[in-house]
Amino acid sequence: MAEEVILLDFWSSPFGMRVRIALAEKGVKYEYREEDLRNKSPLLLQMNPVHKKIPVLIHNGKPICESLIAVQYVDEVWKDKSPLLPSDPYLRAQARFWADFIDKKIYDIGRKIWTTKGDEQEAAKKEFIEALKLLEGELGNKPYFGGESMGYVDVALIPFYSWFYAYETCGNFSIEPECPVLIAWAKRCLQKESVSKSLPDPQKVYEFVLVLKKKFGIE
Amino acid sequence: MAEEEVKVFRTWSSPFPLRVIWALKLKGVEFDTVYEDLSNKSPLLLQYNPVHKKVPVLLHNGKPICESLVILEYVDERWKQFPLLPQDPHERAKARFWAKFGDDKVLQTMRMDVLLKQGKEQEEAIVSTIENLKYLEEELKGKKFFGGETIGLVDIALGWLAYHFNVVEEIIGVKLIEQQKFPLLVAWMQEFSNIPTIQDSWPPRDKLFDRYASFRKAALGEHTPK
Repeated sequence: MAEEVILLDFWSSPFGMRVRIALAEKGVKYEYREEDLRNKSPLLLQMNPVHKKIPVLIHNGKPICESLIAVQYVDEVWKDKSPLLPSDPYLRAQARFWADFIDKKIYDIGRKIWTTKGDEQEAAKKEFIEALKLLEGELGNKPYFGGESMGYVDVALIPFYSWFYAYETCGNFSIEPECPVLIAWAKRCLQKESVSKSLPDPQKVYEFVLVLKKKFGIE
Repeated sequence: MAEEEVKVFRTWSSPFPLRVIWALKLKGVEFDTVYEDLSNKSPLLLQYNPVHKKVPVLLHNGKPICESLVILEYVDERWKQFPLLPQDPHERAKARFWAKFGDDKVLQTMRMDVLLKQGKEQEEAIVSTIENLKYLEEELKGKKFFGGETIGLVDIALGWLAYHFNVVEEIIGVKLIEQQKFPLLVAWMQEFSNIPTIQDSWPPRDKLFDRYASFRKAALGEHTPK
């Protein structure tokens, strides 16, 4: 059966990266389409009329929106390879909990780091490190959040690693001394082709952030 | 089979634990309830939900699960009777999408901006909420419930629309879900509320009104009208 898989995405989006990694882990052939977010394609607006956002996964003409929902979809459809969610319901619930935690905390707090300064920025940096430390606690001494192999939480979190350099430079701080275990985990993930091919160069992300800062008149 | 110990940590008023209660009752699962006073959280709650320190928490044979939508999926996976999610992966993705949409775009705006703000900020929140309700109205076309013929995850996630929402409308003196604008949503609210499990579970309305009114008062200051 011919499968048509299209991913509407934007190169620096950590949310898009999640879906890229999931598809790569499953060995799914797909067409990557870069969206110009200032000039969204008719297809994007048609496939995600509610949010008009990327990523949108289109499988045989049907759209799946919201990155974690798309990752779960990929996990359920291509279930014979590299399972991302564990099979035990309790462990699945834990994985969903931590992915939800990442969604609630990492992006928004990270954003505050590069869009604010002074006290607000200091507070954001503190909150960010605290969130990462909680995640470190959850990782423990496992190689991956998923255990012996990458799983749902790994996929949910690793894209943000490509933004760490931008956060660190804008915020004038270093994450590794505070969270060495997490950074070691990130580097371990990057050894995998599914991750290294899905994440952009952190330097390029930083340059992009500088362009955004200028555009929004920040600093 | 070993006896199952199922406990739900809840408050009397919050719509989030109510979702879990509904799911368990619909599936015929026996459970105990622990009422929390969020101004004085129990050591157990803090132990079981150290990250968010919130309700609901589901405790199943001593193991905690937190976050209402996460709990709903867990309950659906553990107790297969009265399934809340469909089998087809794309339909499941759609259900998850609408449950999240309800929380992010309607619930958040209602309980924060509509209830707790005034003037232009509140007006904008009301406009935004109505726009987002239109998507839900659209989603109900040709269906009795969001889940189809029977209720599912989305109905349970949006259930608060059938009760708590109106309390906010009454407090602010503005009706958002008008019959002529949202005929399907109004019909759904009635159908949903008519389900005995749901009907028996609503918190006392006058108490809820007082609670929300006091939130509004505290957010705006005593001298504010309404």
